[in-house]
Amino acid sequence: MEQRRYELNKELAQMLKGGVIMDVTNPQQAKIAEKAGACAVMALERIPADIRAAGGVSRMSDPKMIKGIQEAVSIPVMAKCRIGHFAEAQILEAIEIDYIDESEVLSPADDVYHIDKTKFKVPFVCGAKDLGEALRRINEGASMIRTKGEPGTGDIVQAVRHMRMMNRQISRIVSMREDELFNEAKELQVPYELVLYVHEKGRLPVVNFAAGGVATPADAALMMQLGAEGVFVGSGIFKSGDPEKRANAIVKAVTNYNDYKMLAELSEDLGEAMVGINEQEIELLMAERGK
Amino acid sequence: MRIAVLAVQGAFVEHEKVLHSMGIDTLELRKKKDLCNSFDGLILPGGESTVQGKLLKELDMFDELRERIENGLPVLGTCAGLILLAESISNDDHTHFGTLPVKVKRNAYGRQLGSFFAQEELKGLGRVPMKFIRAPYIEDVSEGVEILSRVGGNIVAVRYKNQIGLSFHPELCKDTRIHQLFVDI
Repeated sequence: MEQRRYELNKELAQMLKGGVIMDVTNPQQAKIAEKAGACAVMALERIPADIRAAGGVSRMSDPKMIKGIQEAVSIPVMAKCRIGHFAEAQILEAIEIDYIDESEVLSPADDVYHIDKTKFKVPFVCGAKDLGEALRRINEGASMIRTKGEPGTGDIVQAVRHMRMMNRQISRIVSMREDELFNEAKELQVPYELVLYVHEKGRLPVVNFAAGGVATPADAALMMQLGAEGVFVGSGIFKSGDPEKRANAIVKAVTNYNDYKMLAELSEDLGEAMVGINEQEIELLMAERGK
Repeated sequence: MRIAVLAVQGAFVEHEKVLHSMGIDTLELRKKKDLCNSFDGLILPGGESTVQGKLLKELDMFDELRERIENGLPVLGTCAGLILLAESISNDDHTHFGTLPVKVKRNAYGRQLGSFFAQEELKGLGRVPMKFIRAPYIEDVSEGVEILSRVGGNIVAVRYKNQIGLSFHPELCKDTRIHQLFVDI
């Protein structure tokens, strides 16, 4: 991928900052999401909570269904492909998707290699649970990172753990002597240049969103206060009692994550939140897919 | 001097960084209360215009900001910001402030694969770097609107009294000349 294209792809993620990206499974939901203030939608056949419930192999969505969503909304449309499944990614690029999520939510297609994302013109977002994973994905060409969290659970604990881990590792690198960076690159299994970038700038070289387990406006505000630059909400919206109202509230919570009074108002009367599965009940840890 | 940057969604931090590098103080507008602080100019940043337009209204900043723009508050709209300012949008029934008498087309270059970089003349500044990201362009302008730049025949930068509207993102380039042009209003 030429450098200029990669820059433009990273910059599209910058335009999404401060926003909420919502999982949708059909054009109607996409329109609800857009009207509620989503800055982008993730088109997929089944939301993570249902993928968990259904079991089996979960794959890229039907291109026809994705195209229906592209026609329904004017905001960017993202879609997921399986980890390592570059043919699915090629198909998504062919239908001019705005962002590909190489996602652990789907069944991995390759247990060793991720997609060489530098071979694509369209941008990729990838999940990470620590700094090493994030920088390895960036080295492979990802132009946006999100925490893995634990999708489809409605339990925020894992996203918090991943965000805190990343922050801790970044602060550590910032405070290192320069001669310690070489060894850090070795430990993290990433190129020295990326470690140097983190050392100098104190942040990832790409935008970093929170994902996996966000179910309430308070969850979204928590992740933003922990340093997320925006939020993905998967099952949390369309698995809740009043999707429209909840989506609206989460959007505003991301903008005003430091205004506790407003957060209190936004949290009122949202109807039932998604039931959720807590950490001890999870049988399948999606975050362990693709390191 | 202090410049307010609409900070409900999008790439507002990038504008703040450019302004700080020029020694200019900034103020983030996230809710109505923020409008109580004084400011001398307003930047409407890139992002999603549907989200920004909705939040402007629901967070109760829309009417006051529109009035201030109409009364001469200098404003710079980039990409989504241009859409917020436009009087009409050819492929959308919703308009927002509608204070800039131009007709824009949203996502005029298509999806992300259509995003591009260019270096073109901008009136009074010479060649400037321009990043177009799922960008709009201006299809038509009313009388009194000064066209500042065209790329490939399409209008991408205009000025009308106190308002500057751009299809592209000067905040993503190291060049501060456009921000200087704006603060000089």
